[in-house]
Amino acid sequence: MIWRVVALWFALAGAAFAVEPGEVLQDPVLEERARVISKELRCLVCRNESIDESNAELARDLRLLVRERLVEGDSNDEVLEFITARYGEYVLLSPPTTGSNLILWAAGPVLFLSALGISALYLRRRRSAPAPEGLSDAEEARLKELLDK
Amino acid sequence: MIVELGHFALLLAFVVACLQMVMPLWGAQKGWTGWMAMAEPAALSQAALLLISFVALTHAFVVSDFSVLLVASNSHTLKPMLYKVTGVWGNHEGSMLLWCLILAVFGALVALFGGNLPDRLKARVLGVQAAIGVAFLGFLIFTSNPFLRLALPPMNGQDLNPLLQDPGLAFHPPFLYVGYVGLSTSFSFAVAALLEGRVDAAWGRWVRPWTLLSWLNLTIGIALGSWWAYYELGWGGFWFWDPVENASFMPWLISAALLHSAIVVEKREALKSWTVLLAILAFGFSLIGAFIVRSGVLTSVHAFANDPERGVYLLGITVVFMGGALTLYAARAGEMTAKGVFGTISRESALVLNNVLLAVATFVVFIGTVWPLIAEMAFDRKVSVGPPFFDAAFTPFMILLALVLPIGTILPWKRAKLGRVMRPLWAALALAAMLAALVWVIQTERSLMAPAGAFLGAWLILGAAVDLWTKTGSDVSAKLRRAVKLPRSDWGRVVAHAGLGVTFIGIALMLAWEVEDIRVAETGESFEVAGYRITLADVRDVEGPNYFSTMAELRVERNGRTEAVLFPEKRVYPVAGMPTTEAAISNGVFRDIYLVIGDQQPGGGWAVRSYVKPFANWIWAGAIIMSLGGLLSLTDRRFRVAAGARKAPRAGVPAE
Repeated sequence: MIWRVVALWFALAGAAFAVEPGEVLQDPVLEERARVISKELRCLVCRNESIDESNAELARDLRLLVRERLVEGDSNDEVLEFITARYGEYVLLSPPTTGSNLILWAAGPVLFLSALGISALYLRRRRSAPAPEGLSDAEEARLKELLDK
Repeated sequence: MIVELGHFALLLAFVVACLQMVMPLWGAQKGWTGWMAMAEPAALSQAALLLISFVALTHAFVVSDFSVLLVASNSHTLKPMLYKVTGVWGNHEGSMLLWCLILAVFGALVALFGGNLPDRLKARVLGVQAAIGVAFLGFLIFTSNPFLRLALPPMNGQDLNPLLQDPGLAFHPPFLYVGYVGLSTSFSFAVAALLEGRVDAAWGRWVRPWTLLSWLNLTIGIALGSWWAYYELGWGGFWFWDPVENASFMPWLISAALLHSAIVVEKREALKSWTVLLAILAFGFSLIGAFIVRSGVLTSVHAFANDPERGVYLLGITVVFMGGALTLYAARAGEMTAKGVFGTISRESALVLNNVLLAVATFVVFIGTVWPLIAEMAFDRKVSVGPPFFDAAFTPFMILLALVLPIGTILPWKRAKLGRVMRPLWAALALAAMLAALVWVIQTERSLMAPAGAFLGAWLILGAAVDLWTKTGSDVSAKLRRAVKLPRSDWGRVVAHAGLGVTFIGIALMLAWEVEDIRVAETGESFEVAGYRITLADVRDVEGPNYFSTMAELRVERNGRTEAVLFPEKRVYPVAGMPTTEAAISNGVFRDIYLVIGDQQPGGGWAVRSYVKPFANWIWAGAIIMSLGGLLSLTDRRFRVAAGARKAPRAGVPAE
């Protein structure tokens, strides 16, 4: 939280707001799409903020670029591709599901399925396991030995 | 002089902690009662010494003793007294001292309330607790000493950051620290149990209150932090999946899992080794959290740029404690044989599923948080992992959790018939579905988020009600009387689960139905946002005690009736030379109206941002209800009796 404040402080020192009234597109459908795309893109000079939230100059430039592409008639994916081609995949807040990133995306589901499998095995053992409440053979023998003394 | 006393007390506490670590552990190994008995007085005096040390540092902040480096760089004579005091933990060194103090206080609490613990287990718990204390006190003294003096004290302090002078921000760290550090006690109990080679129902009962205490403080701390972000950052975001936030969220999730699995150990003597592992991992996530926050490794572009020495030391602490505990676990876990036998459909297996979901969710947050680091080091790829990833990868597990939770809570132990258990729940399910349908009909959006959230939230709340209903027997006339007499832990469970439902509703409806309006408005101009008529009545310059402000007056009307008059501000603090935005919020049960005033536009008029956020307050209300549930559970007679069981006869007073 503290760092968010610091980041905000630096951001505020330069510019004013996130999306400014002047940036908003006339067409509400296009504007809505622009907002959706903006939430997917990272403000490269900020700390973990999307360009939609950020006040930095660069974020503003990117927001304008996104809207420019939309007005040109690009689809949402085309806009993202256009910007990724220029700024690298670092700009995407949702890492693309390619190459090593597959590990990241698969980690949760894979772990979940294997955890389910392991707990199913555990439950089966619990269901059938005889309660080890009696004495073990060795203890039994030892008890007999003591009693016989 | 007082500062030197504090410094001396800190060093002495370190020495005491060293003794408390070595002697009881060694004594417990050898069976020397004298050495074991050393643990209790050592734990108490360590806490007392750290309290003296903390009070001394607080005194330095209160009297603005700028000959202390920490005070000079983190305080200012013009700060209000409240923020001078909270400034003690508003920085790395002071917060670390608070961390050590809480660690020692938890040790002292174990010494005080652990009367019914077997002597050897108690000695071991306190010994392990002291080992953690030694590590952190060493860290504090050798890398971040808060008591360093300045040869030439400055006339005034350097810090008057107005953004940090805020109650939400000032008070959330202590709650979070109690949460983080409280998990150290669960960890100490786990390691002590491994050393003993014995985990039984009693152990489950001992470890639970400490986990509960940590969890409920984490809940409050996280909620306060999120609430602060909501009203302070100027656009009403409440959760950002920021590494620093995740650092507190991971221990919260995993301690929720531990809380539930410890019940199985207590009631059914099963899941023992898993619970021990969870107790170790829960504190592990606290340590990782401390590392993430304090090293800056994930927050800055350059690894360890903030402070390499601190980062390395904290990583070292994490590696030593996790490595040591997990090695011990690997060696000893096999000795913990489960006793309870249960069927596939039973409360036990429902709690196993709860643990699977919470543990996997924790892991998803963890890997998402550290992935940029892994990708860069292992694959030479620079990637960002932000909210879109977490929303997609984390949410499904929470949805599953909410779906099975109401069924799980009313399943009986050992074995159950699903058909019979579901009988009282069908009504709740039907009601929740009807509510979801209603939500679907009244909304104009086509998104599924609002109906799904409303369904899950209602299902959780109604499920909690059914839980209460079934616990109070079949005689309807006696229900109220029985409900009052239910154990507090039952009430705690019902309340906490309902609270989770409230939070679900809040998050889903706010995200789905939020309306935003950004525009340029002239003074006197009116505009329409989500059925509210908002008028920018006036914009004027106002002078505050230490700032200049541009204050707007906005009137909010609905159906010709004035609902609120709000005064959002844009402030400039000349001392710090920084502008801040002060949003004005009209809070309501069903909606918040959130207004922000922006810059004056070149062509005339002002930038105005208006948000209508339905059900926003439910998010934090749910968190408060959840922590209330935790508190109710904590006051259960079972824990109190267990705590006082041994002391009472000694004093010659009958228990209770």
